[in-house]
Amino acid sequence: MAHKSNYVPQSAFEKWLDERLPVVRLMKDQFIDFPTPRNLNYWWTFGGILIFCLIAQMMTGIVLAMHYVANESMAFESIEHIMRNVNWGWLIRYTHAVGASMFFAAAYLHMFRGLYYGSYKAPREILWILGVVILLLMIATSFMGYSLPWGQMSFWAVTVITNLFSSFDSVIPGLGTRIVQWVWGGFSVGNPTLNRLFSLHYLLPFMIAGVVILHIWALHVPGNNNPTGIDVKRSSEAMPFHPYYTIKDGFALAVFAIVFAAFVFYAPNYLGHSDNYIPADPLVTPTHIVPEWYFLPFYAILRAIPSKLFGVIAMFGAIMVLFVVPWLDSSPIRSLRYRPMLKLFFWAFVVTCVALGYLGAMPPDGIYLLSARLGTFYYFAFFLVVLPVVGRIETPTQMPGSITEDIMSKERRRRAALEGGAPAGAPAAPEKR
Amino acid sequence: MANSNSTVDAVDDTGRRDFITVAAGAFAAIGLGPLVWPMLDQMNPDASALALGSVEIDLAPIDVGQAITIMWRGKPIFIRHRAEEEIQAADVTQISALPDRFARNLNLAEDAPAVDRNRAGEGHENWLVIIGICTHLGCIPRGQRVGDTKGEFGGWFCPCHGSHYDTAGRIRRGPAPRNMEVPPYKFLTDTRIKIG
Amino acid sequence: MDSLDTLARWRTAQIAGVLVIALLALAAPLRAAEDDQIIRKEAWSFTGPFGIYDRAQLQRGFLVYQEVCASCHGMHYLHYRNLSEAGGPEFPEAAAKVVAASVEVEDGPDDQGEMYMRPGRLSDAFVSPFQNDQEARVANNGALPPDLSLMAKARPDGVNYLYSMLTGYADAPADVSMAEGMYYNTAFAGHQIAMPPPLFDDSIEYTDGTPPTIDNYAKDVTAFMMWAAEPKLEERHRVGFRVMIYLIIVAGLLYVAKRRVWSRGAH
Repeated sequence: MAHKSNYVPQSAFEKWLDERLPVVRLMKDQFIDFPTPRNLNYWWTFGGILIFCLIAQMMTGIVLAMHYVANESMAFESIEHIMRNVNWGWLIRYTHAVGASMFFAAAYLHMFRGLYYGSYKAPREILWILGVVILLLMIATSFMGYSLPWGQMSFWAVTVITNLFSSFDSVIPGLGTRIVQWVWGGFSVGNPTLNRLFSLHYLLPFMIAGVVILHIWALHVPGNNNPTGIDVKRSSEAMPFHPYYTIKDGFALAVFAIVFAAFVFYAPNYLGHSDNYIPADPLVTPTHIVPEWYFLPFYAILRAIPSKLFGVIAMFGAIMVLFVVPWLDSSPIRSLRYRPMLKLFFWAFVVTCVALGYLGAMPPDGIYLLSARLGTFYYFAFFLVVLPVVGRIETPTQMPGSITEDIMSKERRRRAALEGGAPAGAPAAPEKR
Repeated sequence: MANSNSTVDAVDDTGRRDFITVAAGAFAAIGLGPLVWPMLDQMNPDASALALGSVEIDLAPIDVGQAITIMWRGKPIFIRHRAEEEIQAADVTQISALPDRFARNLNLAEDAPAVDRNRAGEGHENWLVIIGICTHLGCIPRGQRVGDTKGEFGGWFCPCHGSHYDTAGRIRRGPAPRNMEVPPYKFLTDTRIKIG
Repeated sequence: MDSLDTLARWRTAQIAGVLVIALLALAAPLRAAEDDQIIRKEAWSFTGPFGIYDRAQLQRGFLVYQEVCASCHGMHYLHYRNLSEAGGPEFPEAAAKVVAASVEVEDGPDDQGEMYMRPGRLSDAFVSPFQNDQEARVANNGALPPDLSLMAKARPDGVNYLYSMLTGYADAPADVSMAEGMYYNTAFAGHQIAMPPPLFDDSIEYTDGTPPTIDNYAKDVTAFMMWAAEPKLEERHRVGFRVMIYLIIVAGLLYVAKRRVWSRGAH
């Protein structure tokens, strides 16, 4: 959109179509010719990987829905029917189940990339916000999907999470209970609950796809950020998306697919819970209720707060705070490459997120609870204190004037290194040819 | 290092790049077939449907002239205890009078002619066992119950598009292209059959 | 010309890969069994990327299930036809038919509107020993013998746990006071299990020369339960191998192609 269209209709039909519905022009301009900064690294490949994940989940999901029965007395059995009788059912179901984990892994890396390189800053605030909306939809979708096998973990996860709404009872007495009964469609989690979870689980991915289109639209107005965080200033600093980034994304996707396939074929249940192979039993709660790994940091935050209501608020706040990140960061510099102080805080934040993930799976007492509280404190402090303050007090390092300058200085350093022998500590460089 | 003779390299590069790129693209595309196949094959009958076995039916309670309908693999099976005149009527019909000249009997060869003894079992001519589905568009013909219209040939009549079947379940008039099929079955005793 | 840059990118890619795997790997070890449960790790033929079931072991395991477990535990996700399917015990179909025919299956209603019993067929599911949970509890002192179809996947480290539990019966230590009708077991959570020791040396006759010991019975029936829970494991490993080879070749080709494309564009 930002660049001039190079599309020239070849045939009479293309011309005819172009005057009425210029889809071919749109595809060519946005996904073939689109000028993309030439210095994007592999962290930028997760966008394409995430589109692959969404399509894979939707395709396998639609197929599973052909065999799945959303009924509390038949759901578990229908999953076993898929695993045992349906042609390739085991492959399709394991791909869908592992796919949810792969989807979140890629999404989190994509988000950390955005944070590190300041991809949320002007003029990309809407792009970032749409990304957070997608994350929220993903959370809702995966939670509902996890409930569908109607195993013990499914059932109790639904029970525990829907009961969060009952915390509103402490705001207006009776309100929370009313909401929970409305969500359940009864006085406990049961068949009406399962049916609506299935219906919404089928609906939400299409909404995700819609927001993804907006997300890409919002990306293509300003164009990609890049590792320097400096805007593209001349045309030589960009290259057409195809073939350069299609092939790079393709390679990254193939590597991602290897990890994905390794889980599907060799450890399909590694990321799941053994308890979910026990049919739901409303009379027995499993000893350890643990959410899926991708929810563990949020779960840790929930449990770190002693008050039920504030725990719930903190858990949702942990995601809501992401919406205002573009306005919390006070520095005009995007990339953390040139922000040494915030870089340290950023890595501490990454470590905190991983640690909260670990703590979310641990019992909430003693040292674990204390650590989770410290982690929760830092999680919010990073956004609410560090981002606004550090931008005002830190001294940025010397920035290159442009992407070209950055590439040139790298080239000079490389030449110097070659002339002066390999720099100490550098790994054996594979010489070109 | 390679910068000094970049022209030579460029020529080389182009040739090899094209080959490698095409090879990579082609190889990636090959993977689409196996990727799509499970998505399609999952709609085929699954292992539990294929395993659905046989049914056994006791014929003793069925009087002459009566018919019963039972379910086999989700399809209606017509079993009619034919009266002598019904057998006669079927037997005297000339092959040349039949729109479909093949027996369509899954117990016999594909090219067996549609004579009556190829429709009902040898020695059990009074029992006609057929899959009760009109070969036109899959409706279930009338003629099983007392009072049903049996069509012009005393067999069955399909109400959807007016196909007439005779007392051997053979198409005689109307849009249906083939005789109603005879399922695989065998007599266990004189009054007991096993279908499938 | 771009070796330094490429190296940096490679390192980025490696970090990304390691991070993904580390994030994912974080999940499972957190759910290990209770500390005081003694779980013995056994070498199984079906673990690892090329693992397959040991047919003879599955056949022996089925025998143990039939002779011992089946009197209390159902396996209702299994069908008799599965016994002769590829990737399982692979009994001859005739043998599977005999097994099926040896049980009575309720069918009906017949022409009189009555339910009736008939011999089982290959298409029937394994018949459970009790009509419902209540009947099972009454017959077992209030304890419910769970269905075993999915047991090998329904416990953390399922196969090793089942094997350890089946061989884990011991006399209670002096300081442990046992509840009425409970048995001491080193692998069971809480150590008090309602199931009496099911296996004894020489209690089942093996015809293939395998020593008839508790240890072998436990191993064989555990392998059988693993197959029952994961009957497509062999197919999964076989297809997985082909997919991995394919993906590695595609990734390699794409990497070379990417280098080629970029080597021209980088100037």
